[in-house]
Amino acid sequence: MAKEDVLLLDFWVSPFCSRVKIALAEKGVAYQQRGEDIFGGKSELLLKSNPIYQKVPVLLHDGKPMCESTNIVHYIDETWPSPPLLPASAYDRARARFWADFIDKKLFDAGGNIWKTKGEDQAAAKKELIQILKYLEGGLGDKDYFGGDSFGFVDIIAIPLTTWFFAYEKFGNFNVEEECPKFAAWTKRCLGRESVAKTLPDPQQVLEFVSMMRKMHGIE
Amino acid sequence: MQSQRVWLLGFWASPFVQRVKWALKLKGVEYEYIEEDLFDKSSLLLKLNPVQKLVPVLVHNRKPISESILILEYIDEVWKQNPLLPHDPYERAQARFWAKFAEEKVRESTWDALCSRGEEREKAVKSSIEALEKFEEELKLKGTKFFGGETIGFVDLVAGFISYQLPVFEEVGSMKILDSSKFPATFDWIYNFLNHPVIKDDLPAKDLMFDYYAKRSKEISDEKDSCRNA
Repeated sequence: MAKEDVLLLDFWVSPFCSRVKIALAEKGVAYQQRGEDIFGGKSELLLKSNPIYQKVPVLLHDGKPMCESTNIVHYIDETWPSPPLLPASAYDRARARFWADFIDKKLFDAGGNIWKTKGEDQAAAKKELIQILKYLEGGLGDKDYFGGDSFGFVDIIAIPLTTWFFAYEKFGNFNVEEECPKFAAWTKRCLGRESVAKTLPDPQQVLEFVSMMRKMHGIE
Repeated sequence: MQSQRVWLLGFWASPFVQRVKWALKLKGVEYEYIEEDLFDKSSLLLKLNPVQKLVPVLVHNRKPISESILILEYIDEVWKQNPLLPHDPYERAQARFWAKFAEEKVRESTWDALCSRGEEREKAVKSSIEALEKFEEELKLKGTKFFGGETIGFVDLVAGFISYQLPVFEEVGSMKILDSSKFPATFDWIYNFLNHPVIKDDLPAKDLMFDYYAKRSKEISDEKDSCRNA
């Protein structure tokens, strides 16, 4: 497939954009990517492709735009079926979508509440994040990945969010590995995968980005 | 639970449960329904959905599935007749996008509007109208009888609450959200939806909904006020 057929509108630190990049890498799909200036001025193409939310990621396939990262990963899996990201049975697929939905609704916001707040509010946010990770550990069980033996849909949805954990730990003064060792082990396992290692930004750079955001929000 | 393969745990007023009931009916799937008291949750519900503790829960071959939109995807994959989602991956992505939009931007705003007062309510009413304007635009662009085309589909079922529940919210809260002069395509869609044979015989009673939501919205608003003043 020619590179021009698949275009990703991207922002380097966005874990949601990373999900799409990892999924495309897993499928061996060649694509072009265009970095958006989120703070300076979003491109015409972004505003036209995602008029409702005006957010990245947007995937354009043959010029047809798709938004919302989990939706895009679903599309990638259905359009390029090999290797499959979702499990084979309808029930297992429902479980995978459940965990993806849970992660989408809870994880990034809980983390955000840690770096955006202080004192009692921050303590409550930390507690919530750890509870979410413990639920995820329950979902993982004794398996290597959420889908079982193979890296798949839920792993792709979850792993990019972990690049922000270093920042949460620094500002929240806690350690994910100490609190949730199973989750930390799964993180390391995923980071050993080429599609993940080549895609994800350096957590130190994410920390610098979050520090800048804290200054912008007036939190010190 | 051994004699039936499909069970649905639900609550009569829940729009989430209603979506699933419609989907099962569209597919002609027989099931056993268990009414839950959401204010005194059964041990069965807590066992089947320990993370969210919510209805609906669909149990198929003794395995539980929760989250209404995910249940609809599951039903569509297991029972292939009368497909809810389109076949083409791009169209499926569009359907999933609009279903999520209907749920997160439309329904949540209308619920917030119902369960708040004063300035907070005004703000939520404004958000509801803005979200519905986008929904209206998309319906106009499509120009079909339903969101799914000429037959009812995924987005119609998820957005179905607009047709029968939103008018009750408007009445309970004395709010004007859906103005027929401003939302002609939406009103056409509502008419088509409510007259669909599967939908029209399966709606909660309006007077019961009015009483329930009048009570519930007052409880939630009072709770919010007391938290604020605490």
